[in-house]
Amino acid sequence: MTPTGPLVFHLGASHHTAPLALREKLALPPERAAELHTRLPASGLPELVLLNTCNRVEFYGVAAGPADLAALEAAFCAVTGLEPADFSAIRAHTTGPAALRHLLAVAAGLESQLLGETEIFGQVKDAYAAAQTAGRAGPVLNRVFQKAFQAAKHVRTHTAINEGQVSVANVAVELALTVFGDLRSVRILLLGAGDIGEKTAKAFQSRGAAALTVANRTPERALALARSLDATALPFEHFPRHLADYDIVVGSTAAPEAVVQTAAVATALDRRRARPLLFLDLALPRDIAPEVAELENVYLYNLDDLAKIAAQNLAAREAEVTRARTLIATKADDLWRQIVARHG
Amino acid sequence: MPPLTDRTWLWLAAACYLAGAALGAFSLLRGRRGSTAAIYLVLAAGYAFQTFGLYLRGVAVHGCPLGNKFELVQFTVWSAASLYLVVGPAFRLSLLGFGTALLAAVLGLAALLIPEWDAARRTHLFGGNPWIEFHAALALFSYGVFGLFALVSALYLVRHHGLKSKRVGGAFALLPSIRDLDVIGLRLLAAGVALLALSLGVGSVWWIREPASVNLFKLLATVGVFLAYALALALRLNGRLVGRRQALAGSGLFLGALLSLTPVNSSRHPAAPVTALAQEAPAR
Repeated sequence: MTPTGPLVFHLGASHHTAPLALREKLALPPERAAELHTRLPASGLPELVLLNTCNRVEFYGVAAGPADLAALEAAFCAVTGLEPADFSAIRAHTTGPAALRHLLAVAAGLESQLLGETEIFGQVKDAYAAAQTAGRAGPVLNRVFQKAFQAAKHVRTHTAINEGQVSVANVAVELALTVFGDLRSVRILLLGAGDIGEKTAKAFQSRGAAALTVANRTPERALALARSLDATALPFEHFPRHLADYDIVVGSTAAPEAVVQTAAVATALDRRRARPLLFLDLALPRDIAPEVAELENVYLYNLDDLAKIAAQNLAAREAEVTRARTLIATKADDLWRQIVARHG
Repeated sequence: MPPLTDRTWLWLAAACYLAGAALGAFSLLRGRRGSTAAIYLVLAAGYAFQTFGLYLRGVAVHGCPLGNKFELVQFTVWSAASLYLVVGPAFRLSLLGFGTALLAAVLGLAALLIPEWDAARRTHLFGGNPWIEFHAALALFSYGVFGLFALVSALYLVRHHGLKSKRVGGAFALLPSIRDLDVIGLRLLAAGVALLALSLGVGSVWWIREPASVNLFKLLATVGVFLAYALALALRLNGRLVGRRQALAGSGLFLGALLSLTPVNSSRHPAAPVTALAQEAPAR
């Protein structure tokens, strides 16, 4: 116990402190985590939660004294094979209200590589649930994590920290929603079978898009991608004749010049009557002739446009960080006072 | 306390519509989606006041209150508000409530603040003929529908401009999808044309019986409005008037429809100026 309360701590490393190559070594899959627990002192760490994601390995716990923290660090290094000196160079360690502030900020997505992302919230919940199941969450951490979840929700509701999409694929999907409102009845044509096209197609599917067609200059790759996405394939040379059947065209080929020409789009528009047509050109060099943007009822966004929107959204999130941290500091300090009053 | 007059109730209605518009504008300035329920409630309160005010006026003029420009505009606003309150929530269009409140506040206040529009009043306007009254009310109701169509068209133009200029954040993010705006716009256009066609159909029966009873200016103005909207609908249905052009037509045609109220109003037999005491109908 510290003079002002229990020794609540956070200890670990994240993308803020460690490069990817080191973080790979730090990862603690379940079997290594189990081994770690066997190496820990039996009574010195009554409460301990392990948060293990691709960007961070962190312990949140209550220690009987500083020696128990040192024992945890030593056990961690032994299990991961990391030299203690190397670990001390990248570790982040806080105690008391600072540890609480850190946990609340992590749960709210403020410490995430993709600022404001919400996946971390579920990961913190899973980590806490695992500790509960293993009997390693006691009265202090129960209170701390419950309050952390409430604080994260409060921050998300009262700030714009997670508003707007910040990845190109998700910005593309968001754009499609601003044009069509709902993706369930929207037909999507994916030109090219590259990585970025596949990522974007998956982002569309995750938001309810069902009718996806792949056209690629190498038919085998089109078929393979179509199979993996549960989509259909279209011979590449046929797609200009079928443009009118699609609402969204995603260009992601490696073609040296534009594969979608203005005349073909104009013909398609005649057949589409009032339905708008959205082109998302993710290719370099561009797949879609820039003049297509001049046509009525057509919206064309290239890679730069999408990246610019993502950057604007990210800037908007960053502008909210100070406000979010102020909210978190207030919540963490209140929580610390409660812990001192009950467990100090 | 003296009884509240019809104009007092209509002032209260305009104040509510203005409050709804202010609520929506405040949310827009904050870059956040406002409470649709709050705007709906404020609009509903304004609608209740306006309904009662128009009822009092109707009692005073012995018929549907469509006897001067003030009454024509108030009735158009009332029609647009009716439509929004009944079917607006089903459209699920963000900002439609704000737009309706803004349209109702602007037109309602304009009618109240321009004394000439309500300087004279006609009573027994329809000579006790319920069909003529029905024809007139339906025509004005269709103008209310066209008012909402103009509103949706304006939202479409803003959304279209944002998408073409690659601006989708901030206030643009609060707008409905362009496809939703297009579909709702088409429905409103079709509904307005159908209502006005029905109104003209009813009116034509009377006109055939007594051609001299209908002023040529009024006939031309009303039929002109109908033909313009019907043409817009036909062009839209065969794919010639789509997207931005349809939205421009929706906004422009409504201005034309509002301007047509002047020949409609002035074509009738001269209105009798009424004394100040008789001008305002008190609540009973």
